[in-house]
Amino acid sequence: MRVTEKDVAYVADLGNLELSAEERTRMVRDLNSILGYIDSLNELDTTNVQPMAQVSDRYGVDQSKQGSERFAYASREDIHEGLRKSLPHDVALQNAPDADGTFFKVPKVIER
Amino acid sequence: MNLGSLTIDGARSAVQERKTSAVALAESHYAKIESDDPKIGAFLTLSKERAMVQAAKMDALAAKGEKLPPLGGVPVGIKDVMVTKGVRTTAGSKILGEFIPPYDCTAVARLETAGAVVLGKLNCDEFAMGSSNENSAWKPVRNPHDLTRVPGGSSGGSAAAVAADMAVATLGSDTGGSIRQPASFCGVVGLMPTYGRVSRYGLIAFASSLDHIGPLTRTVKDAAIVLRTIAGRDPMDSTSAEVPVPDFVAELEKPVRGLKIGVAKEYLGEGLDAEVRTAIEAAIQKLARQGCEIVEVSLPHTKYAIPTYYIVATAEASSNLARFDGVRYGYRAKDARTLSEMYRRSRDQGFGAEVKRRIMLGTYALSAGYYDAYYLKAQKVRTLLTRDFEEAFKKVDAIVGPTSPTAAFKLGEKVDDPLAMYLADIYTVTADLAGIPGISVPCGETREKLPIGLQILGRHFDESTILRVAQASEKAA
Repeated sequence: MRVTEKDVAYVADLGNLELSAEERTRMVRDLNSILGYIDSLNELDTTNVQPMAQVSDRYGVDQSKQGSERFAYASREDIHEGLRKSLPHDVALQNAPDADGTFFKVPKVIER
Repeated sequence: MNLGSLTIDGARSAVQERKTSAVALAESHYAKIESDDPKIGAFLTLSKERAMVQAAKMDALAAKGEKLPPLGGVPVGIKDVMVTKGVRTTAGSKILGEFIPPYDCTAVARLETAGAVVLGKLNCDEFAMGSSNENSAWKPVRNPHDLTRVPGGSSGGSAAAVAADMAVATLGSDTGGSIRQPASFCGVVGLMPTYGRVSRYGLIAFASSLDHIGPLTRTVKDAAIVLRTIAGRDPMDSTSAEVPVPDFVAELEKPVRGLKIGVAKEYLGEGLDAEVRTAIEAAIQKLARQGCEIVEVSLPHTKYAIPTYYIVATAEASSNLARFDGVRYGYRAKDARTLSEMYRRSRDQGFGAEVKRRIMLGTYALSAGYYDAYYLKAQKVRTLLTRDFEEAFKKVDAIVGPTSPTAAFKLGEKVDDPLAMYLADIYTVTADLAGIPGISVPCGETREKLPIGLQILGRHFDESTILRVAQASEKAA
């Protein structure tokens, strides 16, 4: 077992989840099963292989350029007024679980 | 009117020639949904008001004798992961149970500009995570060919709606096979375009380097019509490509004779159902008889595609789904005393089991100490999988094989075994990782009358060729 109850609790915390005791037990089992399968990737020697974060890493990049110039395809000039108008205040707040008409409201941020 | 035989051109010209009206066409689809959908479960929300306004607009055009746009009056459905202004959009999740989007997804807006009548929003696995539609927080979808079986996923509602005559065409999304696999299970055509071909603006993100929007339709030609409508650069999505959009419909006229069609031995190996294999081999023979040259190719890293996918997709999902925090929109737990408690409880109560599993796996793969071993490793294998296709496409114009290793399985069959469920996508995920286009077209059925799908994969931005091969296969079937 590589993933323990303790790991699950730690990762759940990172992911802003709590999980019930039952869910944690099941998660230990499922993650170990899936990661066991994923281990097959270690059969491959990838020492000299470039990672690919997205498709355009291979198809948009100008290989003759250096640094950020290589990714020029992904950038554009700033557009000051925005591509579309910002949402009006009331529309932006309409789906909020709690708002006071100006701001989103949340429970206490600072815990003692 | 027999709704099941309607194509896009058929529906549009019936409205244009005033043999029917767009309003009547929408009404008869709603009547069909009312009578049949309770047993299938394809629709989550109906947008009748919006549909009727649009239908009346199309009827007014037809009455004046004006030429209707390409989808004028055509009833369509939209997977519930694409936002629709003023129409509830849930992504199949309780966490967005009451969400009313303030804007429209570009693909939906383009369909409506082309005259389509949006009937409503279609059921899917929660946040498009699943291969059977059983992960919908609302209800499962049942396969119209056999109600004890799944329609596939995650675009299960999109496939079932077309198969059960409740829409002429639908939009789905494909991150690991979610358009093609349900199309295969439900006996319809499903097209995943090249990464970047269709804007994802307004698509609720699952895995941003893998998400695609595409059509599910009755015919290959209809898929070409929808793609032509929704494709092309959108300034609202920086990943949408500045690549010219060909007339996919006109391109269908070109012959398939002389095309080199690759058959990958890795797609016909262990784990493939015998009846599916027989149907696929017969479909390949039919392409050969139409003058295609069949060439054996190899995609040697295929068996590493699923493990690679489940690292890359879950890592991206864990990041994308961080936005669901109960602050700006979505579900908020009632009883939290502090902000961090509110985050955790809202997410705990709002997300379903599979979504939590993927957030956990993705967070683990990105966490300190495991990043290199999992995420970086998977990114490197992604390069190898992509190179496999680059090599193969030096020799062939398209690659054919099964869309899924089996026909539709039973509801409940794989629910308790996530790994078994993931393997339903074994032939589809690699195309998502490589960003190449793929289509599933019906090519026969099993003895139990369950549809089988032929998958055709092509080069980047060469949807024209796979559409052509798919149409040749469709005509021969």
